[in-house]
Amino acid sequence: MSTRIPRIAPSEITPPEVYFSRRALLAGALATGASALLPAAEAPQAQGAALSYTTNPQYSVKEAPNKYEEIAGYNNFYEFGTDKDSPSHNAHTLRTRPWSVTVSGEAEVRGTFDLEDLLKGVALEERIYRFRCVEAWSLVVPWVGFPLSTLLGRFKPTSRAKYVEFTTLYDPRQMPGQRVPVLTWPYVEGLRIDEAMHPLTLMVVGLYGRVLPNQDGAPLRLIVPWKYGFKGIKSIVKIGFTSVQPRTAWNEAAPNEYGFYANVNPQVDHPRWSQATERRIGAPFLAARRPTLPFNGYAEQVASLYQGMDLRRYF
Amino acid sequence: MTLAQRYRFIYKPLVFIACLAPLAWLASGAFGWFGLSLGADPVKELEHEAGKTALNLLLLTLAVTPVRELTSQPQLLRLRRMLGLFVFFYVVLHFTIYLVLDLELNFRTLGADIAKRPYITIGFTALLLLIPLAATSTNGMMRRLGRRWQTLHRLVYVIAVLGVWHFYWQVKRDVREPLLYAGILAILLGYRVLRAIARRRAAATRSVHPAPAHPAAPLTSTSGSATAPERT
Repeated sequence: MSTRIPRIAPSEITPPEVYFSRRALLAGALATGASALLPAAEAPQAQGAALSYTTNPQYSVKEAPNKYEEIAGYNNFYEFGTDKDSPSHNAHTLRTRPWSVTVSGEAEVRGTFDLEDLLKGVALEERIYRFRCVEAWSLVVPWVGFPLSTLLGRFKPTSRAKYVEFTTLYDPRQMPGQRVPVLTWPYVEGLRIDEAMHPLTLMVVGLYGRVLPNQDGAPLRLIVPWKYGFKGIKSIVKIGFTSVQPRTAWNEAAPNEYGFYANVNPQVDHPRWSQATERRIGAPFLAARRPTLPFNGYAEQVASLYQGMDLRRYF
Repeated sequence: MTLAQRYRFIYKPLVFIACLAPLAWLASGAFGWFGLSLGADPVKELEHEAGKTALNLLLLTLAVTPVRELTSQPQLLRLRRMLGLFVFFYVVLHFTIYLVLDLELNFRTLGADIAKRPYITIGFTALLLLIPLAATSTNGMMRRLGRRWQTLHRLVYVIAVLGVWHFYWQVKRDVREPLLYAGILAILLGYRVLRAIARRRAAATRSVHPAPAHPAAPLTSTSGSATAPERT
């Protein structure tokens, strides 16, 4: 075992053109059934289509991003199976257009909105964020999206809106993993309103400059870079403003292991494993393990949100 | 060809090759042979697959006794030592991958993991318990230990429980697979419990009524004692 372990053999990697054309074909095949409902203008929004965006160096880390194949081939998205490679194999059944998001609760603007309308006029930016999974592995990901605050602001949350609750699509025909009661479906996540309005909190629609692949949470997902990855709820269909802390999927499944806050914290171990270090996916052999940083390296920007809080208790 | 020769020249080499197949599969993935790959996280894949292979072979080892008794093929015992030693081989491989590739030889983390992480504590315990079994697997040690050999090797039941428990505890949420292992182990151990009860009853009956009137129960009639001399 002294030789370096190679990454995925180049011959194994599907060239992006083939990958995306295959997806486009699939999406096309699915769309034909409902073609009457689909305006032609939606074609460019198919999975893998190029997005126009600006880069945001201010909110990007200097580290080299992981390869596309690593980010899109190694996913926790239990709606499509519990193995890391299940979502990339199974998520093609998800129909991401048309897509609507229902807004409810403590806000002046409520109702069901078509995703295209929500995204109209929104300036997309690329941000290269660290991504730390609660399972102690990490990635660096070039997301394309926009600050969640710009979206939430348009719904005019009232002063009673203390939390924001997000819900994933529930449709076991599209998401076969939901037939297995591994978690309580649909997946629900939540943020405190100040966390939700923080400029680092991102609504993501793309990866590597293209429309997000289904297995990474298309068409709309959350990324909160200073929290463990499971807070980044995928394929969002509902946004609710609440006055009480929402129940969240992993916290409900194992309250002693997964907290509501789930801030990356090397000092607070998961009951079954250490969070002090992490392994960077795709890093060179024997140089992948690195120390985990408080708030995943974003302490300077977000530590003030938790001033005076006992982070051991509110893990 | 005598039975002994068939085992020596055909069956044992075949089992030996079959037991090396998972290693060949992992090596092919690790080095990219035959277009195979281990995915985005090869270290975890190697670690998990080596561990799971050890568990698979352990359950297979424990299946030898029920199968040979139920099918009246006592000579199957000749394969058991090799299976058991391959369990040890894959457990050591699993641990080595964890220490070298996963922890990157950070012995402080290793110590902390063993002390603080219950699933690692029990996994490491199982590894330690396997050492005396592997060390006393030779014919010479069996002769030297006599009856105590069997007592010592009953540790394999404890090791199997710890191994499946270790698997169950490290899974994040989807426990279906570890539960399957637990179910198979329960059947294999349950068989032994039932057999022991049957034997005790048969013995009690024999002691009340002198031998000829009541032949031994079918389960014991194959002289399935684990101390049979044919263990090679």
